[in-house]
Amino acid sequence: MSGGFLSLEGVRKEFDGVVAVDTFDLEVEPGEFVSFLGPSGCGKTTTLRMVAGFEEPTAGTIRLAGKDVTNAKPNERNIGMVFQSYALFPNMTVSENIAFGLRIRKEDSAARQERVDELLALIHLPDKGKAYPNELSGGQQQRVALARALAIRPQLLLLDEPLSALDAKIRDELRAEIRRIQRQLNITTIYVTHDQEEALALSDRVVVMSKGLMEQVGEPFEIYNNPATGFVASFVGQLNRLPVSVIDGEKGLVRAGQTELRTTSLVESPAGTEVSLMMRPEELTLDASEENVLDGTVESVTFLGSIVRVQVGVSVGRLTADLFNERLLKLPEVGDTTQISFPAHACWVMV
Amino acid sequence: MTISTTPLPVEVEAPVAKPAAKRSRLWAWLIFIAGALYFLVPLGATFWWSLRAEAGVLGFEAYRRLFDDANFWPSFTESVVNAVAAILLSLIIIVPTAYWVTLKLPRLRPVVEFITLLPFVIPAVVLVFGLIRLYGRPPLLLTATYDSSRVLLICAYAALSFPYMFRSVDNGLRAMDVRTLTEAALSLGAGWPTVMRRVIFPNLRVALLSGALLTFAIVIGELTIALFMAQQTFGPYMANLTRSKVYEPSAMAIVAFALTWVAMGTIALVTRPGRRR
Amino acid sequence: MGGARRPPRFHFGRWLGVLPFFIFSGLFLIGPAVILAYRSLEGPDGTLTLDNYRALTTDTVMAAYGASIRLSLTTALVGGIFGFLLAWAVSMGGLGRSLRSGMTTFSGVASNFAGVPLAAAFIFTLGRVGVITDLLTWMGFDLYGSGFTLYRFWGLTLVYLYFQIPLMVLVLLPALDGLKQDWREAAENLGATPRQYWRRVAFPVLLPSILGTMILLFGNAFGAHATAYALTGGSIPLATLLIGQQISGDVLNNPGLGYAVAMGMVFIMAICIVIYSILQRRSERWLG
Repeated sequence: MSGGFLSLEGVRKEFDGVVAVDTFDLEVEPGEFVSFLGPSGCGKTTTLRMVAGFEEPTAGTIRLAGKDVTNAKPNERNIGMVFQSYALFPNMTVSENIAFGLRIRKEDSAARQERVDELLALIHLPDKGKAYPNELSGGQQQRVALARALAIRPQLLLLDEPLSALDAKIRDELRAEIRRIQRQLNITTIYVTHDQEEALALSDRVVVMSKGLMEQVGEPFEIYNNPATGFVASFVGQLNRLPVSVIDGEKGLVRAGQTELRTTSLVESPAGTEVSLMMRPEELTLDASEENVLDGTVESVTFLGSIVRVQVGVSVGRLTADLFNERLLKLPEVGDTTQISFPAHACWVMV
Repeated sequence: MTISTTPLPVEVEAPVAKPAAKRSRLWAWLIFIAGALYFLVPLGATFWWSLRAEAGVLGFEAYRRLFDDANFWPSFTESVVNAVAAILLSLIIIVPTAYWVTLKLPRLRPVVEFITLLPFVIPAVVLVFGLIRLYGRPPLLLTATYDSSRVLLICAYAALSFPYMFRSVDNGLRAMDVRTLTEAALSLGAGWPTVMRRVIFPNLRVALLSGALLTFAIVIGELTIALFMAQQTFGPYMANLTRSKVYEPSAMAIVAFALTWVAMGTIALVTRPGRRR
Repeated sequence: MGGARRPPRFHFGRWLGVLPFFIFSGLFLIGPAVILAYRSLEGPDGTLTLDNYRALTTDTVMAAYGASIRLSLTTALVGGIFGFLLAWAVSMGGLGRSLRSGMTTFSGVASNFAGVPLAAAFIFTLGRVGVITDLLTWMGFDLYGSGFTLYRFWGLTLVYLYFQIPLMVLVLLPALDGLKQDWREAAENLGATPRQYWRRVAFPVLLPSILGTMILLFGNAFGAHATAYALTGGSIPLATLLIGQQISGDVLNNPGLGYAVAMGMVFIMAICIVIYSILQRRSERWLG
């Protein structure tokens, strides 16, 4: 079962003069898993609901497998949707819930039963067919919701923050399940979340949104390592920012206090401009082994399990370094003087 | 790679009215209007009638006669006093009970709730039947004098108010999460009287008022029990009026309706969500 | 292994708070019911017997119960259906929030407006010289000539609906609110039309609430006395009116039977409340 080809062109949504989604353009390949990532209120759910048909776009076109569905009713689009609150019908058993879309399409009971069994096996709940939703755990309910959406063989699967109501451990398990099923069925999927770890782990591509605008679209690796805007850089992952001034743009030289630092990324500003130098915590080491070295004092040490997060105060600001835990690791102490360094290719400049 | 954010030329499409929603709105209006007619016509007719007491003139003569009637104010005040007494009695009994059952004796809750539902199972006419038989002869003789019967009446009213009073107070306690608040107050060093005075009662004010107003609305015009206990309260007065006079009963009905409206309207006002107490 | 086991002590203090409640209920709720039950089992010579209950089949009693049951069933059904429609119209019909809160307040008033004032209002409206009766005559239609009267079955039904419908509205509004928007959207998403959604999801989920409240309405009408008394003066057979007459004077010529009639009513009301509670719990489970 492969998905259709989804395209959103110039899609825009206004509520009483407030722009919720401003000019959304996206082309999704068949079988692709795309996440809409952003903080609450950024417009990601509104966009999803427009694709589902529960909101009408103020402007723009939505096309599914070549057909214009912009104004089609939600019950005519053959799209499967999984809601944050599961939305399982409480008066029906698990099997009846899953078979609901098939009953509407008047499939005969033998075909329905076969499909229900197939899906129960897919979501690993083969013996829960006769249970009622309120007898299931949250994770189980969400899996049933997924099965119900998939039963109708939709061209497109939409998921609206499906894991946010679940415990951390269940969330991880279910996350892997969703991806596994999606790959197995090769169904085009749109996934809305505010959790960047989820988006990065699951997606073929991520759309980062803020205040109704698309900030960046790209593969998770791109988004994380080459953030296009300041928002993307700070929303996705941890970020270090150092205030520096440009020495020589062409050579990528900047000054932090008394120290000269070099970056391999493009610096377009003239000499003397105050800019920010950004780098990720995991690229820093607490010694002088890399090219750019700064002196500093350890301000805090937080043991997070696999990561040890060390905050080091340097002359022009503060840097956070994420070090991998080792059993024989000697943790630095607050107050220690230390050197902190990073390679030239690990940092970039933002105005 | 960044996405250009300059807006494309935009055509704002007119919102397409979904025909199904429009049709169901039409039905909703029809139903509402039918309901409004049914409920408002009797009120309108009664009010209209009440204005025609003076021949050929539309005026409030009926109301004047009503308020001047020898028995109006005495029976009304008697009912008011009964109501207030019943409310106080009910509060004194119900509030500690609800508090105890929530915090200290949760296992008794089903029993208590069952008892508070008894007034639904024992209609007023059956209750008064039992009361008269139980207290109608020695050693429990309470129906001998007017005043002792009145005490019995007030107690019966208090009992009848239990379902509403208990549910109101119970909801109020639940809404303020009384257990957590009490624990927080105690852990901050407050003693029990302080907890009652500064934590429980202030947060219960709305619930208490709702229960009181409901009880008031029920007691003020109550007929059945008052009738069989030979009490001269507002209910029997109204019944007599209906048989003896022509125009005053219509004014009385409007007055009664207005009274009930004030009581329920006040409840609606104080229980509005988000109201600052 | 284990510390000393303390024998359970009866903490009198813990029970202090609820003692007044139990004493009061015993005196003024349970006591009266018990005395009626006891007396209903008493024969003319003081022995315990079920004869009084057997005597419930006498014509007077059967007529009264029959009329009460018919009246209660009718007002429960009609009031239930129209109350549901009204609750739907005001909550999901797109009529605006102010109409809904107005309806809620009015329902609170109307459901308490029973008794003499209500009867009086209807007499002034549809009585023999009522405003609407006159209006209809003026328009050429003789209401009372056609057989209608306010003081018999259909008239009573009309009056009872004035507090039955609001009761239905008040209970059903929260239930309708409990219908999650997500369910409707999920059903739409799976291809259902609005009608299919109502038939397969919304109505089944609402059914316990609707049925339960109708049963509540039944009990409410069955036990109503004041309105019927004010309207008819006790002239038509109704269970509550019969009991009232029995209190004033032994119209049945059989005190024991009188008590049995009262207990019969209690029994019917108890069944109503039990069925209502069961259905209410089911509805709460689904609607939260």
